[in-house]
Amino acid sequence: MMREIRERSRSTMLLAATAAAAIAIPCCIALAEGAGDAATPAGAAVAASDSVVRTDRGPLAIAIVIVCGAVIGGIMLARTGRPLKIRRLAALDAVDEAIGRATEMGRSVLFVPGIQDMTDIQTVAGITILGRVAKTAAEYDAKLEVPTCRSIVMAAARDAVQAAHFEAGRPETYNEGNINYLTDEQFGYVAAVTGSMVRDKPAACFYMGAFYAESLLFAENGNSIGAIQIAGTAEPSQLPFFVAACDYTLIGEEFFAASAYLSGERDQLGSIKGQDFGKLLAVAAILIGCLLATVGVFAPEGAIAHAAETIKTTFGG
Amino acid sequence: MLQRTIPIAILCLSGVIMIVAYFVSFAVSWSETVNVWFNILSAVAFVLGAGNLLAVNLEKISSRRPGWAYAAITLVSFFFMLVVGLLKLGAVPDPKNPLIHFAGDYETSASPYGWMYEYVFSPLTSTMFGLLAFYVASAAFRAFRAKNVESILLLGTAFIILIAQTAAGMFLTGWIPQDSVFAVLRFDSLKVGITEHIQTAGMRAITIGIALGVAATSLRLILGIDKSYLSKN
Repeated sequence: MMREIRERSRSTMLLAATAAAAIAIPCCIALAEGAGDAATPAGAAVAASDSVVRTDRGPLAIAIVIVCGAVIGGIMLARTGRPLKIRRLAALDAVDEAIGRATEMGRSVLFVPGIQDMTDIQTVAGITILGRVAKTAAEYDAKLEVPTCRSIVMAAARDAVQAAHFEAGRPETYNEGNINYLTDEQFGYVAAVTGSMVRDKPAACFYMGAFYAESLLFAENGNSIGAIQIAGTAEPSQLPFFVAACDYTLIGEEFFAASAYLSGERDQLGSIKGQDFGKLLAVAAILIGCLLATVGVFAPEGAIAHAAETIKTTFGG
Repeated sequence: MLQRTIPIAILCLSGVIMIVAYFVSFAVSWSETVNVWFNILSAVAFVLGAGNLLAVNLEKISSRRPGWAYAAITLVSFFFMLVVGLLKLGAVPDPKNPLIHFAGDYETSASPYGWMYEYVFSPLTSTMFGLLAFYVASAAFRAFRAKNVESILLLGTAFIILIAQTAAGMFLTGWIPQDSVFAVLRFDSLKVGITEHIQTAGMRAITIGIALGVAATSLRLILGIDKSYLSKN
């Protein structure tokens, strides 16, 4: 009990300290921007990139403060014990069904964590989802195969799958040989993965991470072997391909929310609430901006047109 | 405990440095150092990956599992490129240092490494990429079936864009004067309307959501709230 309280208080202190740092740094930048603007009204943008503080990036700093503040606020709110209502995602509800089907058919489950390295946040989100998929696969005793395109991703995937097997209470079923590195080359990776799909015919295919031209190659091959396919990516150009060829697709923000949703932890669910608040602010900014820009058309030199331009610069970059 | 605390501390520090470096000029060198560390880790992990590649393929060959011949081809190709590349075999001598073998250019197609890349590897990857055209056709065939209102809208939009992209668009509606009130019915105008207004609006909504998702996920990782990528061993 005492240990739990200690851990919770330490975690709260870390959260508060980091939150303070995250808010204080951009605030200092914003203040410096104000001072810089007063001193150099002309040519500020040119000088900004040469100064110690990038004053030209001040609006972005403000946006970061707002979004991070909303996310941290959501986490704090979740810690108060208030009930959190999160919309169900059909794609995630289908995870159990897909793995169950693979188990019944005696076939494997394929998980592709994208083709980028761990430096890409999409890969990190994909690995988080892999943890949940691996836990369910371990519970059902289904074979899970994870071909990777980067060595570090392989190491991270092994850690996540191993942790999932421990969590499922079946550490003895973990086989690191099912998580392999193939090649860094995009189409070499595609050839290897699609080849194994055609040979092994997995019953469920998951594509979670950063994808480019290979998205449709994977999804169409998966479709041709009759697998249930669940995809998730934040690459807008690849979303139509996944939507067309897969059974379920996590679109953009859903993909990032999925990892928090699957964890079921209050802190992570609270961060989704904060994310939603950020979205609400974005919608408000768009509506106010549209209204001001429309009214500003009638008086291009007036204060309203100037305010619309300020909103555009601050939030639109 | 340290196995989880230290990685989280490193991640937190690296994340904060990357954010600060974006706004503060003197911290740019710190972020470069973080990137160098990542590259070093990647290089070490590559050895791990190559070792795994060898182990998996050798096991496939020794147990004569289905597709073992592909494993053999993979290993032969891997070692060939590794040896030829590392030793710079057949590299074109550098005119400034003709006697120094390792100063030679091994990336030109006149060297075995460059030749293999240019005339074996590139055509193979292009072939894989070329398959995409057929997969686009088969995916479009399924997606454009008029099953419900949404799919009919999708079909109609795709039809307009496809026609507008071809000469048929101009042939069918090119006779409508551009300065008339009916100019909006020209396929090229419809295409512009769809791509620049409807599509852009939808895409921006998705992009805003993605940006917020990236920020929230990054924050969860930096604060150590999301630890699912770490082993519990």
